[in-house]
Amino acid sequence: MGIRSLVLILALTVAVIAFLATRSAFAIFVVPLLQGAVLTVEIAVLGCVLAVLMAILAAIATLYGPWPARWLAIGYVEIFRGTSALVQLFWLFFVLPQFGLSLEPFTVAVLGLGLNVGAYGAEVVRGAILAVPRGQWEATLALNMTRGQALRRIVLPQAFVGMIPPWGNLFIELLKSTALVSLITLTDLAFKAQQLNQTTMKTVPIFTLVLLMYLAMSLCITIGMRALEHRASRGIVRARAQ
Amino acid sequence: MWSWPYTFEILPVLARAALITIEATLLGFFIAAILGLVLAVLRIAIPALAWPISAIVELIRSTPLLIQIFFLFFVFPSFGIVLDAFAAGVLALGLHYGAYCSEVYRAGLEGVHRGQWEASAALNLSPWTTFKDIIIPQAIPPLVPALGNYLVALFKETPLLSAIAVLELMQTAKILGSETFRYTEPMTLVGLFFLVMSLASSALIRTVERVLNRRFLR
Repeated sequence: MGIRSLVLILALTVAVIAFLATRSAFAIFVVPLLQGAVLTVEIAVLGCVLAVLMAILAAIATLYGPWPARWLAIGYVEIFRGTSALVQLFWLFFVLPQFGLSLEPFTVAVLGLGLNVGAYGAEVVRGAILAVPRGQWEATLALNMTRGQALRRIVLPQAFVGMIPPWGNLFIELLKSTALVSLITLTDLAFKAQQLNQTTMKTVPIFTLVLLMYLAMSLCITIGMRALEHRASRGIVRARAQ
Repeated sequence: MWSWPYTFEILPVLARAALITIEATLLGFFIAAILGLVLAVLRIAIPALAWPISAIVELIRSTPLLIQIFFLFFVFPSFGIVLDAFAAGVLALGLHYGAYCSEVYRAGLEGVHRGQWEASAALNLSPWTTFKDIIIPQAIPPLVPALGNYLVALFKETPLLSAIAVLELMQTAKILGSETFRYTEPMTLVGLFFLVMSLASSALIRTVERVLNRRFLR
């Protein structure tokens, strides 16, 4: 789907939410749900930042690190990809305090989701770095660059373009996983939905609004990543055409 | 910190709960595999349905599974259909991953060479026979690894069923933890169970992939 039609669908979704907000059956739910959505966005954004950092660190450690760092990174990726996000959140939330480390639920949420998605992202970053043609590395060697310079100036910028579409999918996964934080007492969109549902039993209007709000948020991610991809690949395509 | 007697005490309870988790995984994936195929075939066979189906698939794929579980669990009763928690959870898992699987099938069906369709038309095969005997047998085997990955992903999502109080592994671990205020052992055992099962199944998928590559993609 083109970026235009995505923007159109987003506009349509927002319009439907706005229209429903004017109907009496839906109106009372909109404000509390939007309050929850703000927390969802906060967790998602911070989680994404942590995920990208962890992914780059783990990928570089796996590819170029000395063996202790490499094994640590491989262990991190395998453990966080091999178990469920919910198990990880519960482990951070219930087990860590027994070792004397009590974290705020918000910290647990960002940490758990960021580490979880970061592990998947590490494989994306690793794949993208390996996909950079070998000749680029050889050229940096010929130019007498250090490995750090080569990574920073030559390899990572080229790997970046290939990473954007899979990262878009991962960001959407992370956004969807934020619904799990409602189970560790955070009042995000999913929590508000359940709370309103329990007090009013108006299931259909509440969950329709919630689904539309999540849809709007993930459309924003898809559109943003498409635009980023478009921008980032501009120079690359031209360079290859010449 | 870690108490072995307690670990051995809760192990049988968790093992029984693990069976529920596996049952939910298999039932959920059964629904997903069938539903995905039906959606993918409908999308190709009836052009008028292509747009609505892709809209539904996108909606399911871009909203959280947890919300969908709640939705099914709480909405169905208001239409007079009362599902127990396990059925609602399995159905939600099946629907969510059915949407993902339909994309996999679609890629597979579109990957079958056009000439196969033309040859079937030349041989005067009916569309149904073409699908059943020519297209599906060629389209499905290369998809097995991708479907396997979704099976593992679905398996890792089953703890979400604890949110509607299905007595699967996570819910059992939480109950054990709240009874004794010892969360370390049950939670860690649950984590280990998922880790071992996921690692084992990814190894299995890689083996299947190798075998299939040898047999079908020469």
